[in-house]
Amino acid sequence: MRLEPIANPSAARRLGLPALALVATLGVAMALALVAGANPFAVLGQIATGALGSKLAVLETLNRATPLIFTGLAVAVAFRAKLWNIGAEAQLYAGAIVAVVLGTGALGSPLVLPVSALAAMLAGAVLLLGPVLLKTRLGVDEVVTTLLLNFIMLLFVSYLLEGPMKDPLGMGWPKSPALIPEARLPRIVEGLRLHWGFALAILAAVIVWVIQTRTTLGFEIRAVGQNPEAARFAGMPVNAVLVKTALLSGGLAALAGWSEVAGLKGHLSSDLSPGFGYTGIIVAMLALLHPLGVVVTAIFVAGIFVGSGAMSRAAGVPTYIADMLMATALLFMVLAILLTRVRVVRG
Amino acid sequence: MTGEKGAEVVLRLDRITKRFGALTANDGVSLTLRRGEVVALLGENGAGKTTLMNILFGHYVADEGSVEVFGQPLPPGNPRAALAAGVGMVHQHFTLAGNLTVLDNIRLGTEGLWSRSDAGAREKVERLSRDFGLAVHPDAKVGRLSVGERQRVEILKALYRDARVLILDEPTAVLTPQESEALFATLRKATGLGLSVIFISHKLHEVMAIADRCVVLRHGRVVGEVDTHATDKAALAALMVGGELSLPRAEARAAGAVLMRIAGVSTPNRGASPGLKMVTLELRAGQITGLAGVSGNGQAALAEIVGGLARPAEGRLSLHGQEPKVWTPGEALARGVARIPEDRHHQGSIADFDLTENAVLEGYRTRFSRRGWMNWRAARAFAEGIIKGYDVRCPGPSTRIRLLSGGNMQKLILGRAMAVGPDIILANQPVRGLDVGAIAYVQSQLIAARDRGAAVLLISEDLDEIMGLSDIIHVMSQGRLSPGFARGTMTAAELGLWMAGQKFEGAHAA
Amino acid sequence: MSEIVDILISASFWAAVIRIASPLILATMGELICERAGVLNLGIEGIMVIGAFTGWMAVYQGMPLWGGVAVAMAAGMLFGLLHSTLTVPFGLSQHVVGLGVTLFATASASFAYRLMLPEVTSPPKIEPFQPLDIPVLSDLPWLGEALFSQTALTWAAFAVAGLVAFTLYRTPLGLAVRAVGENPAAVEAQGLSVTGLRIGAVMVGSGLMAVGGAFLTLSAFSSFFFEMVNGRGWICVALVVFGAWKPGKAVLGAILFAAFDALQIRLQQTELGAVLPYQLFLALPFILSILALILMSRRAEVPAALMVPYNKGER
Repeated sequence: MRLEPIANPSAARRLGLPALALVATLGVAMALALVAGANPFAVLGQIATGALGSKLAVLETLNRATPLIFTGLAVAVAFRAKLWNIGAEAQLYAGAIVAVVLGTGALGSPLVLPVSALAAMLAGAVLLLGPVLLKTRLGVDEVVTTLLLNFIMLLFVSYLLEGPMKDPLGMGWPKSPALIPEARLPRIVEGLRLHWGFALAILAAVIVWVIQTRTTLGFEIRAVGQNPEAARFAGMPVNAVLVKTALLSGGLAALAGWSEVAGLKGHLSSDLSPGFGYTGIIVAMLALLHPLGVVVTAIFVAGIFVGSGAMSRAAGVPTYIADMLMATALLFMVLAILLTRVRVVRG
Repeated sequence: MTGEKGAEVVLRLDRITKRFGALTANDGVSLTLRRGEVVALLGENGAGKTTLMNILFGHYVADEGSVEVFGQPLPPGNPRAALAAGVGMVHQHFTLAGNLTVLDNIRLGTEGLWSRSDAGAREKVERLSRDFGLAVHPDAKVGRLSVGERQRVEILKALYRDARVLILDEPTAVLTPQESEALFATLRKATGLGLSVIFISHKLHEVMAIADRCVVLRHGRVVGEVDTHATDKAALAALMVGGELSLPRAEARAAGAVLMRIAGVSTPNRGASPGLKMVTLELRAGQITGLAGVSGNGQAALAEIVGGLARPAEGRLSLHGQEPKVWTPGEALARGVARIPEDRHHQGSIADFDLTENAVLEGYRTRFSRRGWMNWRAARAFAEGIIKGYDVRCPGPSTRIRLLSGGNMQKLILGRAMAVGPDIILANQPVRGLDVGAIAYVQSQLIAARDRGAAVLLISEDLDEIMGLSDIIHVMSQGRLSPGFARGTMTAAELGLWMAGQKFEGAHAA
Repeated sequence: MSEIVDILISASFWAAVIRIASPLILATMGELICERAGVLNLGIEGIMVIGAFTGWMAVYQGMPLWGGVAVAMAAGMLFGLLHSTLTVPFGLSQHVVGLGVTLFATASASFAYRLMLPEVTSPPKIEPFQPLDIPVLSDLPWLGEALFSQTALTWAAFAVAGLVAFTLYRTPLGLAVRAVGENPAAVEAQGLSVTGLRIGAVMVGSGLMAVGGAFLTLSAFSSFFFEMVNGRGWICVALVVFGAWKPGKAVLGAILFAAFDALQIRLQQTELGAVLPYQLFLALPFILSILALILMSRRAEVPAALMVPYNKGER
């Protein structure tokens, strides 16, 4: 077999194949439900109800989507430049640590929120800067270094929570002290459990979208991602573009951790993120790296996770079904996207 | 020349048709090859020569038609079957693994994967290289070999498999005239031993020198089949291009001031390709400076320096008598250096960007943005201007550039480069792979720029192109630069000796 | 300092080094085969998890230990087939597919575990491989304990490394694998199948990764935990770079690495361990991996076609 580019793919092909990928993922979901001895349709229904069936469920889904929008944007920005930042998990924790350091009394109101947000972004950016400089200066593959940094970061957090950052009132639990009220992100609407982090995430998506489509940096990021050799030949500062991309990406990922601590949890614990950094990769890929698409796919992915949790309690299918579906969706989707551009021909 | 006429037919291609989407690359092409015969497959770029041979060798599957080797039908799409039937192919882009030795490259795929290595392999390779005059050391790493040596390995690969039919795709494109002669000697030995050769080329004098018969392709069709002793170059040329166009030839002009000068420049070697060795070169206004040489002799390093991609490690570079403090592509552009890159697909354009985005790749910062905000309206107008002004055939500025033909892509790149009225133009292999119409267009633009007073540096492997266009010719070999030779003072053979590096020893290059 | 010397000359330390190195050697050989053929396999982490789970589950369900190893191998090859189908004929991004396979494999193991053992809080144990008693050698003073009291799977790991080296450098098959990672066009021009070789290499490599994972459940520990692979896969990717894509050097790298790992475990129990946080010791393997990558960055000869998909149409 051989792949042959399609000059002008039809709309049916461009939209139909990704839709088919989602349908195929649903098919896998039903098959897994069958394997687990449950009624496939009931399982799908329970996932949907669990994610969207009530006001509470919707808010839970949106809350869960907030960090995923941030990490999804971080990945989307980086992958556009073919900068393989798999370290959003570590950058997330960097942001969370800053939120705790500055939010537990080190800084008074009303500066604390904006300052800690900026400081968190800086921390995440710096964390990604190392691997990127190793890539641009020495050619070290950033995939492996960012992955390894995730493990180092988690151990560092564990050290902080058992040592210098341990909550004296935590009754032995490894968690940080609570943030002061001024350092907490307020709720968007009083009485509804949804914090301003969600609105900030959407704002971030819009800003990223504007950067990508309207600015020279966005143009450079896309050019460097598509063909660094041509970008260099045309006079673009390829390494500088990669560094700027890294700063942006790391900063966005850090906001995920910052908003989880400041908006939702109010403290740092080592289970702050159930892999939001990795799930961000799926969110970004499903959105085809489009920043506004990230918002949609993050809510979708969050819904699957929240819904699966609810479904699992009712139907007894393990919650890990959500992780399997996400991985399946990712693989189906990358294949579907490829097939919108090429057709498989014989010989 | 060799073999008995009317001998056994070893290969028969029968009414081969191959389509790629809307393009018909081969349209009912038939061809026969007899024992001991050299058949030239002649045609300009894009005529379908390489596609035809890729079908024969099993890289592609034909939509219609059949292939017979020694009277047996060849199963389609199976290189292994083609090899087993005695067909050997020397690709234009060598298919060698640089991390392996010559012997390993030759052995590759000849033994059962699950068997032990064949101990007799080395002896056979050594015998073949003696018999056919293909000197190369079996234990040398291929990555360290010269282009000419690599080609010998490719031919040895085919001979090692006892190929009876040798296909050579543009084999002389990378050779000096003298190396080409050596290749022809090898081919004559081969046909003398009963092998048959298909020789793909667009160089008429070579075809006349080596081939017994000549099949001319145009737009995927056979437009003529003639015995070489019964024809001449002019007739072949007319067949090849259909009398459409003749290439421009530049008239001599008086040169102006030195616009760019590099003096005593050296750069480090890069792997197998040599760096520059004390190169001094002046580019003068109103002059086309031709740089001849076999590729991989330092032209890339020189082009990088002229184009702003690298600073000289040693030596000086000046523009209009001034030495620039920083030297980057952006600086080069700002100082009026236009660049037409060697590889338009990888360096000159971004395949999935549309024409507008590709048109502003070099000027987005200075001309199509303000304070970091892109001005897409101006960018689009600029792209539309190039499309009109340079006759870029395309549906519009929102077309992705990957959908354009090589010629149209090159016209866009040319338009982008010329838009700022450059006074120094680096044209690195500007017509490689283009059809005759596009070649004529690009070359006439370069001549027009020269007539306007620009200094043009033309780098090409094609000696005919260099000799046709240049006011002054330098030759590069092993990173060294020959003195400049004025138009018409050197023959191709003399330049060939410079290309082979033989003239440098005494000359103590400029 | 004397404590470190004490540790380094103790036989039990070297026995631990070899034990810790074994799964790394297996998985590193697997990754090395994939990369030598031109495919970066970031599915490694998840494939090790799958190997650890399936091998253990097979034995728990009553299969013999070697049966568990075979099941792990087969499961690994299946995920290798998934990876290579997407990355070789379809030429999809090896980064994205690799991570997708890791996520998929990890989730599959978790899902199947919960499905098969819904109620358990601590995972059941199996009877793992026992150290082989080799006549005479095992009874040698010091050496007997340090080198000759290992399980059969450890011996197998070293044998596999030897076999991989022999195959790569001494057989036509290995020649073809080395060539396809350097220039696939060369392989196709000689009548071999690029797709076939690459898929084969990724499948065999993934099988070895899975056996490396199974080593953890069948030889090192006796149970399966969700987090047990814990980044070992990524470390093996770094070890391939550190070993400059050569089996011998990669084995040495794995042993060096294991030595540091064994050392940090023992150092935790010394005065040093009392002063420094234990997390620093645990982070040591990851820090070392990054240092190894930096150290080798400019020297190694990367297979030229690594991560470059091959499509016959684009010539």
